[in-house]
Amino acid sequence: MSERSIAAVPRTILSMLALALAAQIFWRLQAPPPTANAHALPPAPSYQAASVTSFGETILASQWLALYLQAFDNQPGISIPFLDLDYRTVTGWLGRMLELDPRAQYPLLMASHLYAQVPDLGKERQMLDFTYREFFAAPNQRWQWLAHAAIIAKHRLNDPALALKYAQAIARYATGPDVPHWAQQMPIFILEDMGETQSAKILLGGLLANNTLTDPHEIHFLTERLNALEAQSVDKSSPLLKKQRN
Amino acid sequence: MSRAIFTIAYFTFLEAARARLTRLLLLVLLAAFGGSVFLQSIAIADSQRIQTAFLAALLRPASVFVLSLFIISSLSREFNEKGLELILSLDLPRASYVIGKLLGFMGIALLFAAAISLLLAAFAPPGQVALWGISLLCELWIMTALSVFCIFTFSQIMPAMSLVLGFYLLARAMSAIQLIGHTPLNESGLSQQFMVHAIDGIALFLPRLDIFTQTAWLVNATGSWPQLGPIVAQTAIYLALLTAGALFDLSRKNF
Repeated sequence: MSERSIAAVPRTILSMLALALAAQIFWRLQAPPPTANAHALPPAPSYQAASVTSFGETILASQWLALYLQAFDNQPGISIPFLDLDYRTVTGWLGRMLELDPRAQYPLLMASHLYAQVPDLGKERQMLDFTYREFFAAPNQRWQWLAHAAIIAKHRLNDPALALKYAQAIARYATGPDVPHWAQQMPIFILEDMGETQSAKILLGGLLANNTLTDPHEIHFLTERLNALEAQSVDKSSPLLKKQRN
Repeated sequence: MSRAIFTIAYFTFLEAARARLTRLLLLVLLAAFGGSVFLQSIAIADSQRIQTAFLAALLRPASVFVLSLFIISSLSREFNEKGLELILSLDLPRASYVIGKLLGFMGIALLFAAAISLLLAAFAPPGQVALWGISLLCELWIMTALSVFCIFTFSQIMPAMSLVLGFYLLARAMSAIQLIGHTPLNESGLSQQFMVHAIDGIALFLPRLDIFTQTAWLVNATGSWPQLGPIVAQTAIYLALLTAGALFDLSRKNF
């Protein structure tokens, strides 16, 4: 069917259209913006429920859960600080997302970067623990979140032992070709900071000896580091030598 | 003119009955009820609550889908069989045809809302069901007018139905999309600001279907009559807009 020009449309219809459109825009402009209701975070839906309601699109379901959880926490006009959330429920949501989409990075990012930033040591530890537990399911894909957890443990929690535990897990299990060497070297620096220079030296020496490093700059940097550690241990073990140097 | 409108409305309603739409509606109600009984039987707690929520959440979009599909296919058939041209060859303004058809389809929507509300009345407080049912009727009327508008605009089933379903999903989800868009977690760069403004702009043209027909009214009995005010007002405005849009499109068509 061909179309006639707009001039052929009766003026009453045009006026009605313009008026109705103006009324709709005015109505929406004067209406209050959408606000979320403040209520407790419900438990995460079961795997089956999420799978069925997404018609088997479990990856999409996982992403929807992530966006829901994110929007639940950050709502304009309403303040639900992360601190007020029940972290067991949050962990349930994050775990379900990973169950629905094991390759998703979003849940671990939320755990290590968002929910682990609250000023509550217990809750921070809960999130770091979640990141640690989930790391083992796919170490080569999830190492970076555990690396961040190690940094938080070391600098925010001031718990070098926990940081070392995380760093050692990365060094031991994240051995894929895409995992950078610095991630595997984390235990060395943490041990060094803890004053465990001997252990750090052994780890560093082992790393340099097994020929896994190819970048000459990296080899140079680590060799320098090893030399510095050796000098440090010599200084500590021999006060006489130190005196002689001075 | 008004007599012609009511004649068209009456025959539109009659067509729905003859097209076995009422039987289809009964079948949908029966299937939903069967599903809800199954859920109720496997639930450990809150079984009636689960059953009611399932029925309400399923029947709401199902009724929109069935009604829209019926309207679009019915009008499309009328276009193809030259029924519209026959009616317009009579001494009848085009507006009478549009309004008559709309009234007929709105009558079918009333039948849908009444049947679904009757079923839900067995599980939820009658006052809340009445509130829910009126809200469902408003929602169905908006979707009725949208279906008429879309088939007049596109003349073909596929694009018209796609637009109707897309519109419904967007109107239902727009508030959530706005909430996510405004979240301070996102970067506040230019592109993000543009997207947020674009979303807010689109939202101006959509009815807030998320505040319509809430399942919480049935299962928590939280609905109140004042809540219907904005819903009815929004329905009236949107009906006027879509009717004007359909009239505009039909006025431009050359037969």
